[in-house]
Amino acid sequence: MSIDCPDVLLICYGNPGRLDDGLGAAFAEGLQGMAPAGVEVDIDYQLTVEHAAAAAEYRYVIFVDASVGDREPFFFRRLVLEEEVTFSTHSVKPEAVLAMASEFFGAEPEGYALGIRGYEFNDFGEFLSPGAMGNLTAALRFMLCVLEKRNFSEVAAEYGGAVAGLNGEMKCKTENT
Amino acid sequence: MTATTDLKKIVIEPVTRVEGHGKVTILLDEENEVRQARLHIVEFRGFERFIQGRPYWELPVLVQRLCGICPVSHHLAAAKAVDLLVGGEELTPTALKMRLLMHHGQFFQSHALHFFHLASPDLLFGFDAEVAIRNVIGVAAKFPDLAVQGVMMRKYGQEIIKATAGKKIHGTGAIPGGINKNLSIAERDELLVEIDQMMEWGRGAVKIAKDYTVENLEKLAPFGSFDSNHLAIVRADGAYDIYDGGLRAIDAEGNSIFDHVDNQVYNDYIAEEVRPWSYMKFPFIKSIGPENGWYRVGPLARINSCDFIDTPEAEAERRAFAAVTDGKPCNASMGYHWARMIELLHSIEKIQELLNDPDLQGEDLVVEGKRRSEAVGIIEAPRGTLFHHYRIDDNDQVEMANLIVSTTSNNEPMNRAVQKVAADHISGVPEVTEGLLNHVEVAIRAYDPCLSCATHAMGQMPLVVEIFDHAGELVDRKSRG
Repeated sequence: MSIDCPDVLLICYGNPGRLDDGLGAAFAEGLQGMAPAGVEVDIDYQLTVEHAAAAAEYRYVIFVDASVGDREPFFFRRLVLEEEVTFSTHSVKPEAVLAMASEFFGAEPEGYALGIRGYEFNDFGEFLSPGAMGNLTAALRFMLCVLEKRNFSEVAAEYGGAVAGLNGEMKCKTENT
Repeated sequence: MTATTDLKKIVIEPVTRVEGHGKVTILLDEENEVRQARLHIVEFRGFERFIQGRPYWELPVLVQRLCGICPVSHHLAAAKAVDLLVGGEELTPTALKMRLLMHHGQFFQSHALHFFHLASPDLLFGFDAEVAIRNVIGVAAKFPDLAVQGVMMRKYGQEIIKATAGKKIHGTGAIPGGINKNLSIAERDELLVEIDQMMEWGRGAVKIAKDYTVENLEKLAPFGSFDSNHLAIVRADGAYDIYDGGLRAIDAEGNSIFDHVDNQVYNDYIAEEVRPWSYMKFPFIKSIGPENGWYRVGPLARINSCDFIDTPEAEAERRAFAAVTDGKPCNASMGYHWARMIELLHSIEKIQELLNDPDLQGEDLVVEGKRRSEAVGIIEAPRGTLFHHYRIDDNDQVEMANLIVSTTSNNEPMNRAVQKVAADHISGVPEVTEGLLNHVEVAIRAYDPCLSCATHAMGQMPLVVEIFDHAGELVDRKSRG
């Protein structure tokens, strides 16, 4: 498929100085030079309102962050717009970014969240924990496959909104299609 | 004293639309009178330890890890200190102006975000309005132009930061003794395309804040208000300055406490108190003492403290602001909003001035001089005065670091504001409504606090709750994250 202009925006965020909170930034670095055509990668400390303006220009927006949920090595799910948007200073939830893209700019990109499980957040440090490193590798492998096929919705639905317990050996569903 | 068992505890947690996690506890007695109201701030400790042993030249980049909200402020405060460590007392015009442009870009975007998306729901819909409409989507529905303006102003400020700092995350623009790049003609021209629009929106923002404040003066003047000292840096001629100047402190009436204090001896004038119930320290003016020496910082303190602003439109607005209190300092917490928009207008005036200055295309970027082993860098961050103090050893490694961040200085004022609002609006009211509780948050939001330089992983932030009995014994402790 030829893609004339980028249609996918990955917004990778987190603070690389806070151990596994740096998973988003590490994911962006891992994608460097490997992402297929038509994919833009943005990196920031936090989600903020101007990401709504950026999101409005793409068909798909994928938010990549560290996760503290139960899912390992990561989850991948479709996002729904948040109807009631309240957020703390400068920090916005992905659902709120999508809602603002819709309300402010009349755009409705498909939004997805890739949450990579992290374990260590409560200190300063510019490195990932061993567990987070493994999860990062699995997430990168997964996302490269999905980006190639652009079948985000299918993949998110296939796993019921979550991908778990594959211990870094997950096969991208698109490989078998 | 009322026994603890007779008191009812109301907890508002987290404080929405305020950075990070804060917790407000309000202690009521059996008559529903407020006995105690406190803002608890969950703050990470240990950053100073994290940077100990690191080479000093890493500091301007390293300190950005401290805060995802105002990395530019930490970047520049550290750079100012490191300049002195390498003997770079006086930067080249290009280096200085690039840093100023970066700094004003940060102010512009930070203030725009706060006003248009955080404060405006309260101001436009009223403090008692339902949560369902008192939010940014509610603003977009009723005032669509304002909501979009806020986003575009924020974006513009971010573009300035990117052009001057190199990138949005881990900016490397400021280096020891200077800057690592100038502004290309192409970058300048790109930023100039939107400058007139930004100026117009900046003027409009001041008008909204001014009109709102003047029209609602009777309600706003006493809201969360209390007399306080004010602290800011000012230029040698008394002008408003957010990048460099001596420390000035004034009291609630505008009398001088100290003036033009050399940044390097700040700790002769400012000390920090630790209180057992708060994670944050409480800075105070030494000569007055901890009980009455606390002070406000940030937009209100800066506008109150300076003699004038060196850009014409912001200066005209400052005069209008000062006229409301007959030239005396404004001690109303809600005055922060108007003051913040005067600063936003000043920043866009400065950005315009700087973009048209050919010095930004200069090639002389770095200076060096006689090395020293200890230095202090103080700047005004969007939320207030920011102190970075470092000492290095003979191996150029950081031996000691002390940081006083803006929100720490505003810790006591925010607690006072919470106490005042709680006493005025919650005491004696049998039912505590959402609107009533929001009054407390409105008072805190006026200060635009950054409550935690926080990790924000999807899920929950780290939080510790401890419960003590009346004898001070820990009876329960819960943590998450």
